[in-house]
Amino acid sequence: MLKTTFFGKGLKNPLVLASGILGTGSDILNRVGKYAGLVTTKSIGPVERLGNKNPCVLEVAGGIINCVGLPSPGYLHLEEEIHGINTPWIASIYGHSVGDFVKIAKHVSGFNPDFIELNMSCPNTSDGMAFATNKDASIELVKEVKKTTKIRVIAKLTPNVTNIVEIAKSVESAGADAITAINSVGPGMIINADVKKPVLSFKTGGLTGPMIKPIALRCVYQIYENVKIPIIGTGGILTGTDAVEMMMAGASLVGIGSATYKEGVNAFARIAKELESWMKANGYKEVKELVGIAH
Amino acid sequence: MDQPKTCRIKRIVEENPLTRTYFLDCNMKISPGQFLMLWIPGVDEKPFVCSYSGKETGITVEKKGKFTEKLFMMKKGDLVGIRGPYGNGFTKKKNAIALGGGLGAAPIASLIDEFGCDGIIGAHTKSNLLFLSRFKKKVQYSTSDGSYGFKGRPTALLEKKLSEKKYDVVYCCGPEGMMKAVIEICRKYKVECEVSLERYMRCGFGVCGACACNDRLVCKDGPVFNSRQLSGMSDFGNKGMIKSGKKVPLSEYFAWRE
Ligand SMILES: Cc1cc2nc3c(=O)[nH]c(=O)nc-3n(C[C@H](O)[C@H](O)[C@H](O)COP(=O)(O)OP(=O)(O)OC[C@H]3O[C@@H](n4cnc5c(N)ncnc54)[C@H](O)[C@@H]3O)c2cc1C
Ligand SMILES: Cc1cc2nc3c(=O)[nH]c(=O)nc-3n(C[C@H](O)[C@H](O)[C@H](O)COP(=O)(O)O)c2cc1C
Ligand code: FES
Repeated sequence: MLKTTFFGKGLKNPLVLASGILGTGSDILNRVGKYAGLVTTKSIGPVERLGNKNPCVLEVAGGIINCVGLPSPGYLHLEEEIHGINTPWIASIYGHSVGDFVKIAKHVSGFNPDFIELNMSCPNTSDGMAFATNKDASIELVKEVKKTTKIRVIAKLTPNVTNIVEIAKSVESAGADAITAINSVGPGMIINADVKKPVLSFKTGGLTGPMIKPIALRCVYQIYENVKIPIIGTGGILTGTDAVEMMMAGASLVGIGSATYKEGVNAFARIAKELESWMKANGYKEVKELVGIAH
Repeated sequence: MDQPKTCRIKRIVEENPLTRTYFLDCNMKISPGQFLMLWIPGVDEKPFVCSYSGKETGITVEKKGKFTEKLFMMKKGDLVGIRGPYGNGFTKKKNAIALGGGLGAAPIASLIDEFGCDGIIGAHTKSNLLFLSRFKKKVQYSTSDGSYGFKGRPTALLEKKLSEKKYDVVYCCGPEGMMKAVIEICRKYKVECEVSLERYMRCGFGVCGACACNDRLVCKDGPVFNSRQLSGMSDFGNKGMIKSGKKVPLSEYFAWRE
């Protein structure tokens, strides 16, 4: 009942492991792939990068705040991590320039991922937001990457813009095959009253988890009304009903990240089960029937 | 809420020139093998197991690099943050023996306190032996150079104990090479075995993936694993991920600084 397809690729369910959750190692991704239709790697960067110091991932009311800061072995050291992956997967990549994205896209295409996701929107590096907040930059980026690879390209957008529809339309016009929305919200900050200082090492961090669900739903709803390419709706999904709502807003697939907090990999099995029960109870036979029906 | 809660350093005990025990003014219920994340504001945050977890909460720390050097500069009454407890901890069974090698004696000592089992604490030489006056009769000590207790590796003493008496389980923490050897010994004597792993950690609660060892998260599925689980983990004793997420041989992992 949960089986679906995405660009012809058969998936066991519409759930997608969001980028940056649980890492890039093929063993752990394969473990998640037993329960999720698709898994996304941690965003892969141009050079080895340590990311930020701790504390960089903490709980806040309603979710998680993180400033992990895109640690990466660098795209040339990927082999050790990725070889052995045997489940449908998305290679997430990031760069500081169009040139970075292009060379990484070219290289990871060699590993034959099912999709390449462009993380145009990480808030935890000084220059990370540039691509997904600027119309022209996003168009150029998607165009150049599309020229480099035959693998389908997904543009991942940030909600931290005045008009997400404008960016969604731009990446569509530039040839993106799909959109992931959204990345983390904010950034936000926590301060410890005893220490009298911000707690996160980077001072600020992106917000994720249930608190951002209303923002994610709104973004997906608006994007769905304005573009034709499919959407991976991500942000704050914790239950099967959350996933239903996200598909009703217009998502073809549903990304899950922070739900692994407390529950680990089991979150996927549980959400899949809840989704299936909801569909049975409400007379739906295929997840595709749900997409966009809130409009 | 998984955010650091502040507490003060209550007491500092010098175990040897490079190792100190910090007693913290907090009341965290933490079972043997579980760990907490210790935050030094403005510096960094790293995982530590408890070496004392009954009436008092204490961690035993070896001065190794940036973070522990900063900790060694702190004094009684200074403010730190802690969050946790995290991880699974050791499972309590009857007829158990616990082995701590080097700094691995830290979790093993609190385990012996709580579980009341037999124990072995080993080090290269007497001045490195931890908790010498802490235990009365249940614990035997070993030194490689014979300067105190049993002369030889703690694994040799373990084999001797296993051949003398039937145990149901061996708990172990120490260098990964030693733990590998202990697993082999336990296989030979058909005894169950649980060991505690160490990997670089960020979140400590199973989200970021920094601590992955094959398909297991050391912070959440571990840090304690049994021999059956470890037999499916080829990275055990072989590979670890440094802070960038690059997987490297363990020798490189343990030589890396940050
Ligand atoms: C679950 C868990 C429990 C731990 N419990 C304790 C404890 O009770 N007492 C204690 O002193 N330490 C413990 N550690 C290790 C501790 O978190 C720090 O990694 C260690 O103190 C080094 O920190 P540093 O910043 O001073 O050194 P760094 O500057 O990071 O490195 C200095 C040297 O320490 C070694 N080193 C660094 N990181 C690690 C690592 N992850 N594993 C092994 N060696 C490393 C390397 O030889 C390196 O050259 C634990 C780690 C984990 C994952
Ligand atoms: C610890 C952490 C690390 C993340 N790292 C990345 C990343 O490397 N690349 C990326 O595109 N998104 C990253 N994200 C964002 C997630 O992929 C996702 O878009 C976001 O968490 C919203 O979904 P959620 O509410 O289900 O967590 C990260 C999120 C978290 C919590
Ligand atoms: S430290 Fe983040 S998953 Fe283990």
